[in-house]
Amino acid sequence: MSVVAKEPGYTSEVRDRVENFHGQQLLYIGWDNHLMYSNPLCIPVAPDMPFSMLPTKILPDLYDLHPDMAKVDWKKVEWLRDGKSFTPDMNESVAGNGFGHKSVLRFATPGLNGLDGRCI
Amino acid sequence: MNTVATAVSARAKKLSQRRKYELLTRGLGWDTTYQPMDKAFPFDTFEGIKIHDWDKWEDPFRLTMDAYWKYQGEKERKLYAIIDAFQQNNGQFNVSDARYINTLKLFLTGISMAEYASHHGFALAGRNLRGVSARIACQMQAIDELRHAQTQVHTISQYNKFFNGMHNPAYMHDRVWYLSVPKSYFEDAMTAGPFEYITAISFSFEYVLTNLLFMPFMSGAAFNGDMATVTFGFSAQSDESRHMTLGLEVVKFLLEQDPGNVPIVQKWLDKWFWRGYRLLTLVAMMMDYMLPRRVMSWAEGWEEYFEKNGGALFNDLARYGIRMPKYHDVARKEKTRLSHEAWGIFYNYTHAANFHTWVPEPKEMDWLSQKYPDTFDKLYRPRLEYWREQQKAGKRFYNKTLPLLCQVCQIPMGFTEPDDPTKICYRETEYKGDKYHFCSDGCKDIFNDEPEKYVRSWLPVHQIYQGNCFRPGTDPTAPGFEPLKEVLQYYGFHDGMDNGEFLDSPDRYNWEKWTSKSAVAGDRP
Amino acid sequence: MADSVFIAFQTNDETRPIIESIIADNPKAVVNRMPAMVKIDCPNRLVVRRQSIEARIGREYDLGELTINLVSLSGNIDEDDDAFILHWD
Repeated sequence: MSVVAKEPGYTSEVRDRVENFHGQQLLYIGWDNHLMYSNPLCIPVAPDMPFSMLPTKILPDLYDLHPDMAKVDWKKVEWLRDGKSFTPDMNESVAGNGFGHKSVLRFATPGLNGLDGRCI
Repeated sequence: MNTVATAVSARAKKLSQRRKYELLTRGLGWDTTYQPMDKAFPFDTFEGIKIHDWDKWEDPFRLTMDAYWKYQGEKERKLYAIIDAFQQNNGQFNVSDARYINTLKLFLTGISMAEYASHHGFALAGRNLRGVSARIACQMQAIDELRHAQTQVHTISQYNKFFNGMHNPAYMHDRVWYLSVPKSYFEDAMTAGPFEYITAISFSFEYVLTNLLFMPFMSGAAFNGDMATVTFGFSAQSDESRHMTLGLEVVKFLLEQDPGNVPIVQKWLDKWFWRGYRLLTLVAMMMDYMLPRRVMSWAEGWEEYFEKNGGALFNDLARYGIRMPKYHDVARKEKTRLSHEAWGIFYNYTHAANFHTWVPEPKEMDWLSQKYPDTFDKLYRPRLEYWREQQKAGKRFYNKTLPLLCQVCQIPMGFTEPDDPTKICYRETEYKGDKYHFCSDGCKDIFNDEPEKYVRSWLPVHQIYQGNCFRPGTDPTAPGFEPLKEVLQYYGFHDGMDNGEFLDSPDRYNWEKWTSKSAVAGDRP
Repeated sequence: MADSVFIAFQTNDETRPIIESIIADNPKAVVNRMPAMVKIDCPNRLVVRRQSIEARIGREYDLGELTINLVSLSGNIDEDDDAFILHWD
């Protein structure tokens, strides 16, 4: 469908195109079953950043206040890229792992499902 | 009895209200002759709505200008007498406790500025509709909405002398992340055609949903000892009841004018029900969390005013071929979690808001358990208790990373799957090579119907990352640059005063110093 | 069960006789008193009569004055100089 506009062919600027982010792209991040952090997060990343930076540095920093974070076994983590499960190549970059601008990275930590297993 | 009898016989000589209204709306308009009507009114046809007879438009109150000014003048006199008394009596210290003031901060920056936007929208709609009665109705409503914004600012200004976060509502409304929710709602409506605007605001918002805003809010204010807010609220609400009535008449008028209007109106009802419902998320958390003395829960309000009264309305509209708005069933499923999810979001990000949040007191949590027996103890109480523990240990939880926002409603995506309150609801669409994310099927459908419009949403999080939310002259590459601090400056907030945990706030400290009363007294005797 | 219409007024001295009139004229009306506000629900149809109000306040009354203290309502409206009617039929 398209908008009903007074002038035919109405279009408007795409306000969040990747060119507006100074060489970076947006990455959305969600930790399944952990609603202490009330919603998925949004960070800018360089597309050529090694993916391995996420489990080793970025995710532990983002979620450092959750008591589960210290217990995460990164080898057992299940990853989702834009809603579909995938196995990251830790030697590849974020873009090399198929993450475009405004992609969603979700991860689940089996056995760790929030405070008392209550998805908090 | 004689007086009444005399008065009644005198009445017979006067014009009836119906006749006066007819003279006003049927006699004073004219068709343009120097220019064709379609050029004088270029915006009331492109939406596809067909009007065959504008004279069928009825204002059920048949309000004429003389009566309008008389009644509005009376309302103003009553209101300002009470505001005077309130100020002279230091009424700001008579409210239930200092947490209550935060509802006013939310109201002033979110709702009062939206009233102003609504004024703007009705002025525009009034100019663009060619029917005389419709233009008069829009004119009156535009003046009403301006009055609401003004009286609310006047009333709340007394609180601004004593409490933080209320110093610049219009400036904040244009910038602050969560205020983009009401701001974009009205801008969405205003940038549609005049018929969609009036269906969106008069019917979907005023008629279907506004009871949920004003009735519990004003009853809540009364219950929490806030005489001033009760008064401006009811003064505004007396206009709202007129707007609501108009909303129903507008929709019936459109449906009766042409069968081709029915699917267009249904689509608008679907869209604007969902837009309005998402906007009311702010009200849900106010009712369940921010009123120290609670009147009714969000779930009870939803049942009473939407499921029961709204249900009756849509039963009545069925004769035109109109059905309940899409995803009303999702709203029903969400009613036992909406306020908790919303408070969770604001608890996460209160360091970037102009009002405080807190963990409810134990007795208040018991009230929530009782109102939400299936969800509160299982899903939300443990989170709140953990946060309380952390806060007592000096480690108050704040989420330091900006949220993923819904492209349409612009609320952080903290809503959960309709059938699973433990899983975030992720919805996504791709349009011309870019990805867009939504909190719900409702918001996703709205985008997919008009993608050209929503690709340009001004999403505060993305604007911050693009570097557009710093004061002029700020250098984000400077050493030691702290983006959050800079954004708060851009918002005009006083870090450490307007924002953050209530228990750590100057508001709390001042309240206890000035009143010798507990700032979290709430329901305690 | 028929769907209900409702009308709600601020609680004050001006609305007391109005509410009394509504109760007298609508035997099926249910009155809910809330903080600062009175909400009256009635199955299908509710009528507010000018004469009933005038009999209580002892002066001429214009039904347009209802809007001064009105909080909210629901239902289709039929209104003339003598009666203000809310209905769903």
